[in-house]
Amino acid sequence: MTPLAISAFSLTTALGAGNVQTLEALRGQRSGLVNERFLDADLPGWIGTVSDADAVRLPAGLEEFDCRNNRLAWLGLQHDGLLDTIARARRRWGRARVALVLGTSTSGQLQTELAYRRRAPDGSLPADFHYAQTQNTYSLASFVATALSLAGPALVVSTACSSSAKVFASAARLIATGMTDAALVGGVDSLCLTTLYGFNSLELLAQDICRPWDAHRHGLSLGEGAGFALLERDCAQPLGWLLGTGESSDGHHMSSPHPQGLGAMQAMRAALADAGCTAADIDYINLHGTATPNNDSAEDCAVNTVFGGATPCSSTKGATGHTLGAAGAVEAAISLLALQHGLMPAGLNLVTPDPVLKAHYLRENRPASLRRVLSNSFGFGGSNACLVLGAAT
Amino acid sequence: MSRLTVDVQGVGLLGPGLACWAAAREVLAGRAVYVAAPTVLPAPQRLPSAERRRAGAAIKLAMAVADEAVVHANVDPSHLASVFTASSGEGAICHALCESLAGADRLVSPTRFTNSVHNAAAGYWHIAVASRAASTSLCALDAGFAAGLLEAAAQVVVSGRPVLLVATDTPYPEPLHATRPLPDNFGLAFVLAPRGSPGSLATLMLSLAAAEGAPTAFAEAGLETLRGAIPAAAGLTLLQALAQGVAERRIRLPGAQQQHLVVDFSVQSR
Repeated sequence: MTPLAISAFSLTTALGAGNVQTLEALRGQRSGLVNERFLDADLPGWIGTVSDADAVRLPAGLEEFDCRNNRLAWLGLQHDGLLDTIARARRRWGRARVALVLGTSTSGQLQTELAYRRRAPDGSLPADFHYAQTQNTYSLASFVATALSLAGPALVVSTACSSSAKVFASAARLIATGMTDAALVGGVDSLCLTTLYGFNSLELLAQDICRPWDAHRHGLSLGEGAGFALLERDCAQPLGWLLGTGESSDGHHMSSPHPQGLGAMQAMRAALADAGCTAADIDYINLHGTATPNNDSAEDCAVNTVFGGATPCSSTKGATGHTLGAAGAVEAAISLLALQHGLMPAGLNLVTPDPVLKAHYLRENRPASLRRVLSNSFGFGGSNACLVLGAAT
Repeated sequence: MSRLTVDVQGVGLLGPGLACWAAAREVLAGRAVYVAAPTVLPAPQRLPSAERRRAGAAIKLAMAVADEAVVHANVDPSHLASVFTASSGEGAICHALCESLAGADRLVSPTRFTNSVHNAAAGYWHIAVASRAASTSLCALDAGFAAGLLEAAAQVVVSGRPVLLVATDTPYPEPLHATRPLPDNFGLAFVLAPRGSPGSLATLMLSLAAAEGAPTAFAEAGLETLRGAIPAAAGLTLLQALAQGVAERRIRLPGAQQQHLVVDFSVQSR
């Protein structure tokens, strides 16, 4: 693909709101995960909550969109000059020429879970429950497009945990084919009981803090987050570049990766080919690294097959938790911070390295001048996506 | 004005009173009367038995129309990229999860949770046809058909390869049904291919425009009711042009955020 300029980006997770707080936490090798309960959930474990999301008020007139997911989206848009840069793109290209492609897995599911507790005696949902504005998967894009006055194509990609990596690929195609000139991409996912109890039912939820790449890893810690990036056909001062995207399916199992990571390999190779580079050109890999036994072993196998064992890599989910449908955009933003600041972030919470895993996994932060970073995102349904991101200059 | 041009190579269809593309073609062409009848979902024969048992309405529906389209197009689905678009995931599962989580025991079935993801149908399809090709799953509420068509056409143009588009909608049970009243299951699938591919049925030229006036509608009341009630049924307007054998027609599909996806439908005389 022709490299696409990234004119703004930001992320908000349990590490903090915006890039400055995130970078500070990454530099300090600090995790945002806390051993606490979400609402009245009675499951043990650590979660990565964005506590500021509770206090967010949506813009006037958009109250029907009010739910945790859209609050988190609005909070995530308030940092790093996103709103100003989007306004500038809207003026430059025209509001119908800026696409909106966002990813989420559960959208406003929490709102529906809570509404079910308030059903009337006849079983009906309360009148203040707004399906299209909260529960529906598209509600995220509907809210953001309305709040930002965007009038280009708007859609949500919902492919579980690869959702907001795939938005980069969809947006790049819309720009490459001339259907739009710019696209706001991103992902937002917020904690809800469905994912907490659901991953618990699959025995994929860690009772301890999640420990990617550890010999004794027992599953993931859930987090929530919002990540955004503005892609433009060209831009005077890009903060980084989208160099390539790769997508594939496992075609293997709904909730377990292919054991040798065949689909993951295919996505990584497709992303490298799309970026016109080789495995040797990648300086750091931000792994999917959920800390489930199967994910990490399959991903390790795939990474080693494609890259050999030399490329430094880490999972940042020990810091943010697994932000599910937001993970792709959150980790693309972390990858851009890594490129900007010459920082390969450590994989946190690793106590006992797994002798079976061969990848060059970073346990401590490492400063390095980075040119290209690859970011992996894999999801339920065997959905794989991989991004190659490049330094500004 | 930018345009995307793709060919249609195969069609799959299943909805109320529309049992398959061959039967629906007669209705859409005006040679048979439209008779509304509940959609009957077949068991997905392509799935291994374990997965078949776990498949709900959304999966059965998507598998049925996807299967019909790839057979119609005579393409090998194991190398076919796919775009799935639906206005929701499996409604019955969403209800069951919310009901269980509102109760005291909060027991969640692992299969239900796995199948609750929006891309469940896509995951099952790629397992069924043993395909590692790329797949995406989209949601744009009432503009879902246009969003899927735009994404699939962009993929065809960028990759130069055929893409399977599957647009489906399934109703929720109560109490969610009252807040999102879809009347029945409806699904439609296209195999889209680069322009000039051999064996093409029609050519679609897509462009985006500000919504001026109403989207293309049906004169026949029963079909118009269906189109108005189920987002994926917007695609029936394209199928009507195909069924009627028109040389050219401009069709306006409802898009997101006050846009229309304008489709210039044409059939090259051979």
